Amino acid sequence: MKSAVIVFPGSNREGDMVRALTLAGSDAQKVWHAETELPKGTDLVVLPGGFSYGDYLRCGAIAGRATVMDAVRAHAACGGLVLGVCNGFQILCEAGLLPGILMRNANLKFICHRQYLRVERTDTAFTRNYTKGQAIDVCVAHGEGNYTADEETLKRLEGEGLVAFRYADAQGHITQDANRNGSMNSIAGIYSDKLNVLGMMPHPENLIEDLVGGTDGRGLFESLVSSFPKAA
Amino acid sequence: MKARVTVTLKNGVLDPQGKAIEGALKSLGVEGIDGVRQGKVFDIELGTTDKAQAEAQLKAACEKLLANTVIENYRVEIA
Repeated sequence: MKSAVIVFPGSNREGDMVRALTLAGSDAQKVWHAETELPKGTDLVVLPGGFSYGDYLRCGAIAGRATVMDAVRAHAACGGLVLGVCNGFQILCEAGLLPGILMRNANLKFICHRQYLRVERTDTAFTRNYTKGQAIDVCVAHGEGNYTADEETLKRLEGEGLVAFRYADAQGHITQDANRNGSMNSIAGIYSDKLNVLGMMPHPENLIEDLVGGTDGRGLFESLVSSFPKAA
Repeated sequence: MKARVTVTLKNGVLDPQGKAIEGALKSLGVEGIDGVRQGKVFDIELGTTDKAQAEAQLKAACEKLLANTVIENYRVEIA
């Protein structure tokens, strides 16, 4: 499975992302934002975390309009997989690939801690190696992760099962305490209509090795790799 | 030609920064403030002297980048 990790000026999680993808068995490479095409045969595009363009104007606003994003949009339109994590999620919203927006955290603080997420569905390319309702232990690190959408959009996301992950406690219960950034309906990640684009604020790529305290993030990358037949 | 674009949050969109500023003003003893909403101002230089063309260019700038119309409104003033 070939993955392309897009690097913008100010991205800083691309190294960990490539490492997580590689460990899961993907052929991962970094792609500079000024490219007009994705590498031939790209199966998965990943927008990593960081502070693209210094978060100027709005988080993800300038990266969302970068040259390479036309190629990413075309890839998504053909059903290709796209994953955006943290700043990558903000970029996907600004690029119009996912609805809604990530606003300043409700408590106005940058939050950085371990966080459980409840896996809402496991019939997608991103989550097939998890179990439904499983509480996975990952982490968050963001100042603008407060998911906000208009009432109609929220209703559609819920009605069509497009919520991927919610902030939860260790038992997988959705509590107000677990929702530290104030996101509507405790939303931590959402899918596009066709389930081929996933944006999420938490960092699964941080928790892939026992050495750093956990491996619950692996499931996401292994799901993605196992969604593709092995190259001969 | 000079123009000023003002981008503000739509009504009903929660503005944590505005709320914090409102709280800070209260704690400074500034009285009579019932609410604060934070926005952005862009002062823009345009090459054209044609007002209609300027309006069209500024509208494109706002729609494409300056405002996220999911949550923000914009207003254009041409000097």
